[in-house]
Amino acid sequence: MTRVEADPAVPVIRITRDFRATPARLLRAHTDPGLFARWIGPERMRTRIDHWDARSGGSFRFVSVAEDGEHAFRGCFHEIRADRIVQTFTYEANPDGVALQTLRFDDLGDGRTRLRTQSLVDSFEARDAALRSGMRAGLDDGYTKLERMLTDGTV
Amino acid sequence: MSVDTLSKVFAALADPTRRDMVARLSAADATVNQLAEPYEMSLQAVYKHLRVLEDAGVVSRAAGPQPRPVRLETGALDRIDEWIERYRSRAEERYQRLDRVLAEMDEPVAHRRDGGPSSGGEPS
Repeated sequence: MTRVEADPAVPVIRITRDFRATPARLLRAHTDPGLFARWIGPERMRTRIDHWDARSGGSFRFVSVAEDGEHAFRGCFHEIRADRIVQTFTYEANPDGVALQTLRFDDLGDGRTRLRTQSLVDSFEARDAALRSGMRAGLDDGYTKLERMLTDGTV
Repeated sequence: MSVDTLSKVFAALADPTRRDMVARLSAADATVNQLAEPYEMSLQAVYKHLRVLEDAGVVSRAAGPQPRPVRLETGALDRIDEWIERYRSRAEERYQRLDRVLAEMDEPVAHRRDGGPSSGGEPS
């Protein structure tokens, strides 16, 4: 179950989700470019990694390839350590916008990990635009994917 | 709900006094004087906060003779929930893909116990 909270006091979106994996494995799925490209999405888009230097002080650039064009994202890994990643994140079509993202990997024991992500932007308008992006693609995307996982036996 | 309206609602709720007003109005309608009571600010300042909440459609004041009670318009808050729910479903979809990747990572970790090189540096 994914929980989303839009803070009314600061332009922040928080997402919380539990995974059946150790913190180390979850961290690797975020820092190994081959693994990352397989899940970041969105649905029906292929992810191409242009640049990837996953260490504190490193940076990244990846491109979502859709039928109607490409969408590029880039940022800096401010800090990568076992229990958290702090990074900046920019959608290149909106070059003035930059989010500060903190991803925390909380060990729940018995091989499960809680992922808590926080994304801070510089205005409520920018935060609302991020929420709107979910509205545009969310509904039709999600269920295609789920359907596929149900039919191929993943679920 | 238009983007402008949503921004207005978020901006209206960004202020702690206005959030407090909303919280109190969620319990019961109140007159402006009742609303103003706990705050150390002029009635004029309270009216200013109320105008922001009214502009955003978060509260309304019934037409009629004074004192007109201030009422919470829960619809505005429900629409925010709707936006967040759609955002949430997209995040959940992304994390279901991550679930699958994580599940498939089990195999290579077992193989690496034979002494092969680790590609991702995960301790096994």
